[in-house]
Amino acid sequence: MTETHYQGKLHHLQKELMSEYYAALTASANGSGVPAAYLLIGGNPVELLRAFDILPVFPEVNALQLAVRKQSLPFIQSAEFMGYSSDNCAYVKADIGMYFGGRQTPFATIPEPSLLLCNYVGCNVYLDWFGHLAEFTGQSAFQLDIPFIRTASGKPSKEDIAYVLRQLHHLIGRCEEITGRKLDEEKLREAVRLSSLTGDLWAKIKHLTKRTPAPYDAYFDSVTMMAPLYCLRGTPQGLEFFETAYAELLAKAEAGVGPLEKERFRYVIEGPPPWPHLRAFRDMFSRWDAVAVASTYSTVGGLWEFGFTHDPDHPLESIARHLLEWNLTNRNFLQRYEQIERYLEEWNANALIIHSVKSCRLFSAGQGDMREYFTKRGVPTLLVESDLEDPRYFSEAQMRNRIDAFFESIAHRPTREGVTA
Amino acid sequence: MSTQTLSPTIESLVERCDRFIEEPGFAPAVAWKNAAPNRAAIGCFPVYTPAEVFYASGVLPVGLAGGGNRMEIAHADSRFQSFICSIIKSTLEQGMTGLLDDLDGVVFHSICDPARNLASVYSRNFPNTPVEYIHFPQNFEAEEAPRYLRDEYERVALFAAELSGRSMTTEDLRAAIRIYNRVRDTIRRLYALRRDSPHLLRTRELYPLVRVGHLLPPEEHAELLADALHAAATREGRERDRIRVVLTGSFCEQPPLDLIAAIEDAGCYLVDDDFLIGRRWFTGDVPENTGDPLLALAEAYLDASLPSPVKHDMRVSPARLLVERARSHRADAVIVLCAKFCEPSLFAYPTYRKTLQEAGIPHLFLEFEEKMWMFDRIKGEIETFVESLLFD
Repeated sequence: MTETHYQGKLHHLQKELMSEYYAALTASANGSGVPAAYLLIGGNPVELLRAFDILPVFPEVNALQLAVRKQSLPFIQSAEFMGYSSDNCAYVKADIGMYFGGRQTPFATIPEPSLLLCNYVGCNVYLDWFGHLAEFTGQSAFQLDIPFIRTASGKPSKEDIAYVLRQLHHLIGRCEEITGRKLDEEKLREAVRLSSLTGDLWAKIKHLTKRTPAPYDAYFDSVTMMAPLYCLRGTPQGLEFFETAYAELLAKAEAGVGPLEKERFRYVIEGPPPWPHLRAFRDMFSRWDAVAVASTYSTVGGLWEFGFTHDPDHPLESIARHLLEWNLTNRNFLQRYEQIERYLEEWNANALIIHSVKSCRLFSAGQGDMREYFTKRGVPTLLVESDLEDPRYFSEAQMRNRIDAFFESIAHRPTREGVTA
Repeated sequence: MSTQTLSPTIESLVERCDRFIEEPGFAPAVAWKNAAPNRAAIGCFPVYTPAEVFYASGVLPVGLAGGGNRMEIAHADSRFQSFICSIIKSTLEQGMTGLLDDLDGVVFHSICDPARNLASVYSRNFPNTPVEYIHFPQNFEAEEAPRYLRDEYERVALFAAELSGRSMTTEDLRAAIRIYNRVRDTIRRLYALRRDSPHLLRTRELYPLVRVGHLLPPEEHAELLADALHAAATREGRERDRIRVVLTGSFCEQPPLDLIAAIEDAGCYLVDDDFLIGRRWFTGDVPENTGDPLLALAEAYLDASLPSPVKHDMRVSPARLLVERARSHRADAVIVLCAKFCEPSLFAYPTYRKTLQEAGIPHLFLEFEEKMWMFDRIKGEIETFVESLLFD
């Protein structure tokens, strides 16, 4: 079987821009004088850091980069040697192992943090992770406490919004202390404006996969775009990337070109990818001409495709709303069912794949119930297990067998439209 | 007849508590509900719940403590994966097998991701059961956190009023704080007695005395605890050659009673623990007569509660607090007893380990599951550990 090629122009631009980003991280580690803030992906308030020229460092992105490059295991093992359990989130273990390994990675030297910004957006492990970093670095962490969506309305209350806004003002105070400068409100507005334009483009890109064929894979190609979405959002470079990406993908859509020669199955996928085995996992779907038309994982940092946009006229309010409401991680589990249902309907998909990862219980706890829910609604649903960071939890032969059996079984059953796939 | 002959013994009180705990269902809560109109009962998932807010609203907060080692999980393990802790599954299983039918609602808290998702899964599977979720603040330094939590409690009070059909008054809440203060104060005294004289009150005895508060109305529990305190204080016993141990890590899913006994039988005096810590939670009384008792409860959560891995108070180092606790309890060692797959307790361990080692305090790390029923191996491990200290 010949190897499938997935690279496009935007992949090269992504590599170039991310190399520049990592060069800036290395420069900061080597004393460029640019302060670095560690923060988390969930609903990340990166715009606020832009206003102070603080470099955002995402330990989750670093961890996944290690996994993609098959470098994560020694760091995971060194964390386990320190007492971390085999059952703890491997993102944390890879990051802690890397921290104590001198912060050296194949892609950058990670700087020491001037600010540990724990944006607690749904994931409880974030709190442990940044608590430990605080303990190990001797830095105090800023806990940005984001109340979880917990009412029937699915919206934050006005008290929640006020609470987050007041904390954002304190965070501004902390950034002012670190940089020695007052907040430049115009600069904040500009960062939010750039984010707004970037988010709008990302939403348009997401909607392109409603077309048949989908012009790109909304899981395996979306993840390529997620790094610039977080690491570069709120900058002109970030906007440039998404302008290029949209133009390229729109042209593909207009030309009726997809990532595979033929699109036979359109599926929705839930859960983070198995980063250490990404290529092998992708090929398991490609061989069935199956394309992901939507993915929940690509919304952990923000849910732009459902209508959110940053508002430069109300920068802090829109950052607060992004943190509270417009990302997957702070929404409750049943809101994720609704999200998947929308994808299945509006993106015209005929199957659901649940990739259940041991590391991330925020994603995975209860996915058996999710499978039950969608199966009962007549959606062909497959649940497979591995991990997002730890290469030891991926059984390639078993995974392939299950995916093969799944597509084999749905190949001969009627789709929602009543035709055989 | 003298008063002494009327006073119950620890043995008789513990036997009574054991019976309550072992009996499935919530008979005391049902009896309490039926005794007056506008009453309801709610199941409270660990770790801490603002019991006063429910009780003041006519809702008895009943503690959920998993399925123990007599429940077979036949349905819930298809909903939650093998790497999820047992109490998540056993709680859902209890719902699916009708064991929670006597309760009028369930409340979950922001303690971990599986508990968070269970709140959603529970409400989907039981659409007629009201489910509440409390988000406790994790920014302990924010001056606005008490106000936020006070507003959260006010929201919970509205939910409670829907269950019982009765809204609480400020005086109702003050009265609830008073009775729960009494319960917690007596538990603190029992803990102090065990710390000072562990030969007079075993943990296998103290534990059910506290645990029965999961089931009983607080007035009844307060009386039982007062009897226990009197009985323990007047008990006679002789110290044995055992090591003094602070146990930590079992604040949510609970170990079987026989495991607690096995740890003691292996040669340990457990002089402190975090079993059922939500029933004690505060370091002292919550102020009873403030103008805004909801705010008093919120402030106590933020500034006067016990350390726990489900609270992330960045003003203090949990590992250093553990070392201080070991020293103030004159402990020879620490046992970290984590529920299998419990992320908060497993995450606490690496920093505990480092800090305990630096402080020169020996420790033993163990894992348990609520459903375990063979204790020989774990007891053997503890015996070896104890011997290594006794004959060092």
